[in-house]
Amino acid sequence: MSSAQSAWDRNKVLGIINALKHKPGALMPILHGIQDEIGYVPEDAVPLMAEALNLSRAEVHGVITFYHHFRTTPPGRHKLEICRAEACQAVGANQLVAHAKKTLGVDFHETTSDGAISLEQVFCLGNCACSPSIMVDGEVVGEVTTEALDAIVDSLRTRQ
Amino acid sequence: MTVTVYVSRDSTAISKGADKVARAIAVEAARRGATINLVRNGSRGMFWLEPLVEVSTPEGRVAYGPVRPEDVAELFESNFLYGGQHHLHLGLTEAIPYFARQTRLTFARVGVTDPVSLDDYLAHDGYRGLANALRMTGKDIVEEVVTSGLRGRGGAAFPTGIKWRTVLGAQADQKYIVCNADEGDSGTFSDRMIMEGDPFVLIEGMTIAGIAVGATQGYIYLRSEYPYAEAALNEAISVAVSRNYLGEDILGSGKTFHLEVRRGAGAYVCGEETSLLESLEGKRGMVRFKPPLPALEGLFGKPTVVNNVISLASIPVILDKGGASYQEYGVGRSRGTLPFQLGGNVKYGGLVEAAFGMTIRELLYDFGGGTRSGRPIRAVQIGGPLGAYVPESQFDLPLDYEALAGVNAMLGHGGVVVFDDTVDLAQMARFAMEFCALESCGKCTPCRIGSTRGVEVIDRIVEGQDRPKQVVLLRDLCNTMLSGSLCALGGMAPYPVLSALNHFPEDFGIAEPAGKAA
Repeated sequence: MSSAQSAWDRNKVLGIINALKHKPGALMPILHGIQDEIGYVPEDAVPLMAEALNLSRAEVHGVITFYHHFRTTPPGRHKLEICRAEACQAVGANQLVAHAKKTLGVDFHETTSDGAISLEQVFCLGNCACSPSIMVDGEVVGEVTTEALDAIVDSLRTRQ
Repeated sequence: MTVTVYVSRDSTAISKGADKVARAIAVEAARRGATINLVRNGSRGMFWLEPLVEVSTPEGRVAYGPVRPEDVAELFESNFLYGGQHHLHLGLTEAIPYFARQTRLTFARVGVTDPVSLDDYLAHDGYRGLANALRMTGKDIVEEVVTSGLRGRGGAAFPTGIKWRTVLGAQADQKYIVCNADEGDSGTFSDRMIMEGDPFVLIEGMTIAGIAVGATQGYIYLRSEYPYAEAALNEAISVAVSRNYLGEDILGSGKTFHLEVRRGAGAYVCGEETSLLESLEGKRGMVRFKPPLPALEGLFGKPTVVNNVISLASIPVILDKGGASYQEYGVGRSRGTLPFQLGGNVKYGGLVEAAFGMTIRELLYDFGGGTRSGRPIRAVQIGGPLGAYVPESQFDLPLDYEALAGVNAMLGHGGVVVFDDTVDLAQMARFAMEFCALESCGKCTPCRIGSTRGVEVIDRIVEGQDRPKQVVLLRDLCNTMLSGSLCALGGMAPYPVLSALNHFPEDFGIAEPAGKAA
């Protein structure tokens, strides 16, 4: 990452921290604010949050790593989450997971080599009557077959 | 005359293409010069019919479904705006047997109204509970909830009114109402449906709770997997604030209640109330020791009501119609209605609000219609990932808290996940332990270490390594987790494991059922 990019992120992050730090229990809203804005929580942001909230860096680091949702590295251009909970398993989620890992050539928490897609597992999207379910960039898709998944992956790869 | 057309904004409807259908209807109507009023409502909960399109007619709302975008032009040709015949025509929505046989109290408005229209909410009996509450003392409100017999719908089934009474009696400069909207259990979606389909009912329920116990600040702790619910809640909250149903001096009553949505971050354990409070305070979601009870020392150390979404959303109807009227529904100590949720391998999946006491079999076959695959049902998991696997021999049990507890199962949040005869229960038992290991907060040893050891022991049983000894070991481990864990995650993960082992021993390679345990 260039230093210019870093400086740009830093100002954004500081803006988010300053806007939210007065809320009770501000750390979670701040972490969401940062990740919503730039896609992940950069390690350089930890001391900024610690300073603003009067916490140790270890405390902030501990919170970031406790929650599955937060990531500390830049994500791919698109996020593909596959539900692995029981209702989806009842109608073939495990096969869908195996298919996705094989065709994308990545495991969970990894990003395809072209930087297009980050693959994640999720436990329940609340779409259990129309399983198996996936979430594509925040949008739920139900009754997903391997063919439907392939079509979604293709369209994500061509989209920026 | 302008016809009102309804297409759901529920995320399951959207997952099946409701947004595209709504766009196609708008485009086609414009092309034909037809003036329509397109409302994005909640879902009626008949998910196999989504995207469901409804039109208002003098006889009532007429339904069509499941509608694909390519069906839309044909629907216009068939004069569907006036209830015309078409092969997707389903007749009057409320006469569809799946819907007609339900008792909709908490979900009375879901699928009927525009979720973010306060006027629509008011026109459908909304805020009548609050109007009554504003004329009552806190003590009288609490006693009305006690009378209703309402028990916590999140799963623990603790009497809601008793919890409120404790918070009411606590002396403090600040109290809180916290809504647990971290609906992480697989097979459950009733919280999501109500937040997306009728957010005002939750807001009203929390406002009444605040007035009852003297809390002026509320938080909705919402899981990050529910972005549509977050949008609907925030829109409804801002409308409620602008019309003085939230904030200072609510409707000129002198009462104050502020409400804010806070997003979780993908930790299942944060559905446990003390872990949720830690998370709201901006910390790791580590479970707290109890006592002190959150009712006395909860959020930021202050007296706090922590209730599930459905518990709080049931409050307005209780305050409107009276606790006595609510408790007329149900059986035994399970009073009122529960929104059951049918998911997994089921033909007619969806939401069924009914009084407690229906049998499992009625729910699975009369409503669910059996499996989607057409194969026999072998097992159902009731109550989420920590709930027991229930075999066919127990399907005649009534769905109430005590009946299920009597067979070491639990009703939990009312989710029922259906599996056909291709399911491998040893693998599902392994998954229960794997999930527990992944989601454990790590505070207590039985959960943190036991879950990982559980995966290993089940693997050895399945591989046939020293099987009889490993089965004894697994039962022993489950007992340790059941009695030694700090919260329900480690304390209940043995339920799916032991029920699988007891009812489906053949899947573990055990010829004879290995006797009863736990």
